[in-house]
Amino acid sequence: MNILLSICPECDFVESKDFIREGLLDSFDIITLVTRIEEEFNISIDGRDVRSEYFINLKTLEEFIRRYLIQHES
Amino acid sequence: MNLKFSNKKISGILSIVPRHCVKFMDELDNYGFTKEKMLNLKKVMGFDERRIVEGNDCTSDLCLYGLEYLYKKGLLNKNDIGAIILVTQSPDHFIPPSSSIIHGKFGLAHDVLTFDINQGCTGYLYGLLQAFMLLQHLNNKKVILMNGDTLSRSTCPNDRNSYPLVGDAAAVTIVENSKQDDEVYVNIKTDGSRSDWLIIPAGGFRMPSTEETRKVKSLPDGNKRSAEHFHMNGPGTFTFTQTEVPMAIKEFFESVPTSIEEIDYFMFHQPNRFMLEKLAQKLGIPKEKMPSNIVEIFGNSSSATIPLAICHNINDLLQKKELKICMSGFGVGLSWGTMIIELGPLKFCDIIEK
Repeated sequence: MNILLSICPECDFVESKDFIREGLLDSFDIITLVTRIEEEFNISIDGRDVRSEYFINLKTLEEFIRRYLIQHES
Repeated sequence: MNLKFSNKKISGILSIVPRHCVKFMDELDNYGFTKEKMLNLKKVMGFDERRIVEGNDCTSDLCLYGLEYLYKKGLLNKNDIGAIILVTQSPDHFIPPSSSIIHGKFGLAHDVLTFDINQGCTGYLYGLLQAFMLLQHLNNKKVILMNGDTLSRSTCPNDRNSYPLVGDAAAVTIVENSKQDDEVYVNIKTDGSRSDWLIIPAGGFRMPSTEETRKVKSLPDGNKRSAEHFHMNGPGTFTFTQTEVPMAIKEFFESVPTSIEEIDYFMFHQPNRFMLEKLAQKLGIPKEKMPSNIVEIFGNSSSATIPLAICHNINDLLQKKELKICMSGFGVGLSWGTMIIELGPLKFCDIIEK
């Protein structure tokens, strides 16, 4: 959540069902988000996974990060 | 399609950039971004400075400036030229070809062949391919390959997807036959079904210019441009560079007698820093072998980015020794291509300003 708020401090990410459609994040924000996630969790995100469908809301974002953390540990 | 050429070489590369420099952080009002977002993008995408032409300067003016420079320095003899090729998406006119205009202004002989090739990001490879094929018939004459674009003039200053990265530049490359039998390998692919992913929709004959096509409109994503401005499908193009491009490069290396590890430098088209860094990760190429710094200094100048990346990053090395270089271009068309070539020592490898 801190990462999201660092990109858009005034956005309500908790209530939003779709960050992209509701205009909270654009494609540049997704790239910034990817970079911040990589730095925060010390993981490397495959360029093929830089797609808006993984960053729609908190649920998809959590699933995305969890998947990478599991891969990273294994 | 895989192609192989023998006894061909590049003997010199000169890049020409406009003296006029613009800074991303001075364009806060163009895009409707906050200052924090501008700083994020500067860091992640490499948006910083870029060179763009002023007034009505055209690609042909940049190219001619380069040719005159080489001629005055004694690095180019007009009598040695068998053909000139200009790769550009920003011609002076629809008619005549801009290569003809350059031919006239540079004072070349009537026997010199002239070609315009309308290509973008893969244009350096297309141009070299054309040069190599011509050289089969030109004996001891040389081919002058020129790549250049002034796309800042066809991009809306309020287009946040494109304007922060677009730069103008040209390059002059001398290509000639060689007694050395180093081989050049090249593969180029096209998918025209996605040709509208990078496009200027109006102003040609499919959608002629009208008052309506010239109107700058606000779009649902908050962006602004007219139908006569450059438009890019950003997400689609990004995914393409992360899927099909690395796959094609890997397949290419499986078809040639050179491994990725044997390559000294990877001089790729320079769309933006993030895209290139992800591509390098995908291919397992160390960052120091694959420069991604051209957008932040000069901008993305389409087919001129590969020669510009060479002139900026490895010019000193190339004037002293031979390097095994892998070039790759990807974008407009859609087209994507890879080339392996031994490069150097070069007679010249510089950047000049106009």
